[in-house]
Amino acid sequence: MVRVDGSDSDTALIRVRKLNKKYRRGAETIDVLQGLDLDVDPGEFVAFMGPSGSGKTTLLNLLGGLDVPTSGSVTVDGDEITHMSGRRLARWRARHVGFIFQMYNLIPVLTAEQNVELPLLLTSLSRDRRRRQVATALELVGLADRMKHYPRQLSGGQEQRVAIARAIVTDPTFLLADEPTGDLDRTSADEILNLLTSLSKDYGKTILMVTHDPRAAERASVELHLDKGALVEAGRAEVAS
Amino acid sequence: MRFLPFVLRNLKRKKTRTLLTIGSIAVSLFLFGLLVAIESGLNAGVDVAGADRLVIRNRISLIQPLPLAYQQQLLQIPHVEQATFSSWFGAVYQDQRNFFPQFVIDTDTYREVFPEYEIPDEQWQAFLADREGAVVGRATADRFGWQLGDRIPLQGTIFPGTWELNIRAIYEGREAEADETQLWFHDAYLEERRRWGKGLVGWYTVKVDDPEHAVEVAAAIDERFSNSAWETTTETERAFAAGFAKQIGNIRLIVLSIGAVVMFTLLLVTGSAMATAVRERVPELGVLKTIGFGDTTVLGLVLAESVLIAVVGGGIGVVLAKLFTLGGDPTGGMLPTFHLGGDAMAAGLALSLVVGLLAGAIPAATAMRLEIVDALRRV
Repeated sequence: MVRVDGSDSDTALIRVRKLNKKYRRGAETIDVLQGLDLDVDPGEFVAFMGPSGSGKTTLLNLLGGLDVPTSGSVTVDGDEITHMSGRRLARWRARHVGFIFQMYNLIPVLTAEQNVELPLLLTSLSRDRRRRQVATALELVGLADRMKHYPRQLSGGQEQRVAIARAIVTDPTFLLADEPTGDLDRTSADEILNLLTSLSKDYGKTILMVTHDPRAAERASVELHLDKGALVEAGRAEVAS
Repeated sequence: MRFLPFVLRNLKRKKTRTLLTIGSIAVSLFLFGLLVAIESGLNAGVDVAGADRLVIRNRISLIQPLPLAYQQQLLQIPHVEQATFSSWFGAVYQDQRNFFPQFVIDTDTYREVFPEYEIPDEQWQAFLADREGAVVGRATADRFGWQLGDRIPLQGTIFPGTWELNIRAIYEGREAEADETQLWFHDAYLEERRRWGKGLVGWYTVKVDDPEHAVEVAAAIDERFSNSAWETTTETERAFAAGFAKQIGNIRLIVLSIGAVVMFTLLLVTGSAMATAVRERVPELGVLKTIGFGDTTVLGLVLAESVLIAVVGGGIGVVLAKLFTLGGDPTGGMLPTFHLGGDAMAAGLALSLVVGLLAGAIPAATAMRLEIVDALRRV
């Protein structure tokens, strides 16, 4: 279940309260997010939609601990991340968040296998154990036969699947996807959306996705719209407002 | 260590730039190694000078002689175990360019005072038995292809005429830094033929029973000959050798100055390469931070690249310099030794390490301070 009314819930994995984010551009102050409330239960697949500049990516960055809010709080699985130090936040991200970007953001000098292994280098796992987890993740995204390929040797859809493998290899608490199909053709986009849907339905992964694409948003269990800095509209499924 | 493959991959990203940077460092350290070898060659006497030996020279200057009669008086001073003398001969072999140092020595005492020169006993006996005999260092013997028994003519410059000598012994130094370019022959031979300055020697070297007594003995010697016609200055052999080397110039200062310029140039080259590498990789660094790499880990990765480039380049340069010195003195005998020791090689590597750390410091700090949101925006 997903709530945007700020009412407390015992089951929420992600809890956002009165989240504000302001930017200064010269003398002008821009209120990107204004008192936003959000509760997301485990296993939900949430799509955030809205016009450009509505604050979708800013919200995603705040949920992932990549940016600091002007005020308000973000709590994930009991951890209040808004006041964590940089070092602690980095450790928290490594443990709890899997990121999927629009442009895949793979490291070009590393093979698919090495790209997926990157987050595991921050753990205390042995080399063998890391290799096994990497193989499992790549198998899950259907690229077990492309382990030794470099990003330049893969199609856009395959690159994004490697990026998804990198995001899930540590078995994070939730996934954040920023326009994951924005740079793909329809067929590849469908493959990625199928994969994300499968991760949500078959593996119970909590996914929060920003998208401009209504067809992508349709795959989510919940569709939320951001407008003027607040979640003003809820889509299908169980949304309380 | 788990990040090493990642660091190595990054270095392969721009192979040409990495190779050029490594090449620049290698060339610089190669030159640095040669300079150190030249410096240690010119200061060879200083480095191997014995702590239990004192050199007594004329107080006016080194080129002024001292009386032969001083030898017995020196032996009477407490704590002096032995006293020997030498004189600079200064002759030319075939051509002015064929320089090597020649000394007239006291054959009775010289070997006892300078035991670091190894000479087979039978050769030494052959030398003693031949008034026109000579002992030559291995380097000079090899340089001119001299063998035992060869008769060589020297053209005197201080003591005119042709001086023919028989090679009766070849010495080698116990240490790598030892000077193996000298030639020694009998003082008796010089005394017999010299037309002026009979009964005079260049300087004395005394061996004291304990280095602890060196200061006391030096004071006693100079006191003993004060107010005489031949006043003395007594100093440690190390100070004497350093003074001898300084006649050429302050070699150490020259080497240090060139070394500082080399290091500064290296900082610019490596620092520029690393700054460019970080600038090109801002989005990737943002991705690394996004997936959980901490600021200090990112700092360490950039520093590791910089240090690896510097140490590999420095290592190549130092090894090349070592190989070059193994080929022998490139000046044709101007240097008593031409040797790059293990400590000098380690110093070269340490210098490379420092260059790597300093050159990588600013780019690494830039990478560390990078804000994730700003970095990802540059994708």
